[in-house]
Amino acid sequence: MTIEELEQIAESVRLENEKYDYEVNVCMDLACASQGADKLREALTKAAEASGKKVLIRRTGCMGPCSSGPLVRVDPEEVLYSHVNASHAEKIVDSLGGKAIPELQCDLNEHFDKQVRVVLENAGHIDPEKIDDYISREGYKALLTALIEMTPNGVIHRITESGLRGRGGSGYPTALKWGTVAKAGGDLKYVVCNGDEGDPGAFMDRSVMEGDPHRVIEGMAIAAYAVGASKGFIYVRAEYPVAVARLTTALREARRRGLLGSNICGTTFNFDVEIRLGAGAFVCGEETALLASIEGRRGMPRPRPPYPAVAGLWGKPTLINNVETYANIAPIIRNGGKWFASMGSERSKGSKVFALTGKINHTGLVEVPMGIKLREIIEVIGGGVPDGHTFKAVQTGGPSGGCIPAEMLDIGVSYDGLMKVGSIMGSGGMIVMDDTSCMVNVARFFVEFCMSESCGKCIPCRAGTAQMHTLLTRICTGEGTMEDLELLEELCDTVKSASLCGLGQTSPNPVLSTLKYFRNEYIEHIVHKRCPAGVCNMKAAEEVLA
Amino acid sequence: MPAFTPPPLPSDDKRWKIVNGTMRKNGFARHALIETLHTVQSSFGYLDDDAIRFVAHSLRVPLSQAYGVVTFYHYFSLKPPGKHTVTICAGTACFIKGSDKLTAAAEKRLGIVPGQTTKDGKISLMAARCVGACSRAPVMLCDGEVMGEVTGEQMLEQLERWAVE
Repeated sequence: MTIEELEQIAESVRLENEKYDYEVNVCMDLACASQGADKLREALTKAAEASGKKVLIRRTGCMGPCSSGPLVRVDPEEVLYSHVNASHAEKIVDSLGGKAIPELQCDLNEHFDKQVRVVLENAGHIDPEKIDDYISREGYKALLTALIEMTPNGVIHRITESGLRGRGGSGYPTALKWGTVAKAGGDLKYVVCNGDEGDPGAFMDRSVMEGDPHRVIEGMAIAAYAVGASKGFIYVRAEYPVAVARLTTALREARRRGLLGSNICGTTFNFDVEIRLGAGAFVCGEETALLASIEGRRGMPRPRPPYPAVAGLWGKPTLINNVETYANIAPIIRNGGKWFASMGSERSKGSKVFALTGKINHTGLVEVPMGIKLREIIEVIGGGVPDGHTFKAVQTGGPSGGCIPAEMLDIGVSYDGLMKVGSIMGSGGMIVMDDTSCMVNVARFFVEFCMSESCGKCIPCRAGTAQMHTLLTRICTGEGTMEDLELLEELCDTVKSASLCGLGQTSPNPVLSTLKYFRNEYIEHIVHKRCPAGVCNMKAAEEVLA
Repeated sequence: MPAFTPPPLPSDDKRWKIVNGTMRKNGFARHALIETLHTVQSSFGYLDDDAIRFVAHSLRVPLSQAYGVVTFYHYFSLKPPGKHTVTICAGTACFIKGSDKLTAAAEKRLGIVPGQTTKDGKISLMAARCVGACSRAPVMLCDGEVMGEVTGEQMLEQLERWAVE
């Protein structure tokens, strides 16, 4: 495979597409699929055949605004239809070449205007099971450019220029990590992709793996070239069967095209990737636990150093990055580090994908430039809180993150900005809560999560989260005292500073942030035995009072 | 040292050949333990003692380690599933939208807690950590099929349909 051959493939896809007068793209991502996108696509195909028009019906990955699904986009006019079902198929096919259908058309301009498309640039435009579709949108061009025109150091230098930081949550500079693995000795090194998206309420990585799997593979291959690795693993949650299937197909296609395997593109570079399935353990998102799991063991973290970059899989230097980090690599190589660094804030470059969910009008996937105000994401892109309720807090960073109250909405979304207000960027879940959510109960939910997901290796996390849960349950049932609150704060401090891995160290965050911004709710529960949001069942307290 | 010969298949059930295939593909390497257990569970629905023993012996992994792995990961089940499975997502977005009420209603109707199967073996109730369909919360899976924006009535109707089957 050469760059010319890639261009030929892209050209043949263009010629093939030119045979059609219209393209009807149907979003087949989980949210749309669960509302009958399958039947819709069949109906569209039938209607197109019956009409005699030359229509290409294409299944695509997530288009973004899931709450308006199932979504259909008609090209070249770029008309977006929302809430489409199979009964609309004929109408849509009839309208091709004429006027758009006003009752189906959705006005989401405000939703899209504030967004950028880097990681999601192909979302909604390609069939994820067709490698040629990906190639026609400059796919694998970055890999071949890197292999032919750049040295491994040159690749790392470009990533340094871009300022890319790890998208898995901690925000470690990607190029630094790559540099460490590149400098590590030994002829056997590994590249690992962390697709164990365990944060409840986050699904960006699933959408990327399902909607644009080749982008992840290309990013991994470039990384492998840069650090000198020849073997890669993608660790995917078993709860994502579609992602596993899409990646399996993508790997097979990439091998068939000679983009994976031995002597890729006629160079001395060899690289291949295997898929490893997770088995439902949140702690496996932690890198050392993930490596243990790939090795077929219980996913228990170990102390660092040595870092995986020095001694990882089977003791060999191993590069671990998140799905979204790899998804950013190809565009950076293609467009240059400066292009990427021109987006975002001073210390957080580029864009970030968020999964916007909870009590908000437009739920779904959004990609925004770093530094954008939280308020813009929630009020403009997300369309605010529905049903006349008022906004109370937005939770970012999953069980490791915190709840951000309304008065903090004007902060910019960046690694440091979110850290300053007691939350973290995390992998990108953003769950909006309104006045019907009780913050103490929310804190208890997260602590319960960490308690059951604690691997049990270190005592602060194993015992600490259980004790925190007991205290929070007491408060939620009206049995809590002010001493309990004091003890809870003390415990948070211990668990935070003494736990072995990130899971334990960050597990107090949801408690600490709600204590910081919603302390009055805790006090209400303890002193007045009432839950302001009307969520907690205070029966125990009533019995005591009676 | 004599060459290692893997143990014979536990029975002539064809599914063991699929399990063996996964191990062979990985060269009977120890690190294929989780992969193989996945194959067992997808073929048989759960992992019983015989299966764990067979896989452990084939991969030369101590039984304690194999059992340790099976019990560590939530995805593996030691009990056979019911004829139907309802899985209620307990992710954050679903929780905010009231999935705890769905779970409570299902528990009440079936008389079991998540992770259990009704006595007649018809319905298993499971809780998922997050299935990634957060934009349509609350979400439940009926025999693996994702259903979004579920109400209590919808769920109970589904359970009734299964119960009278």
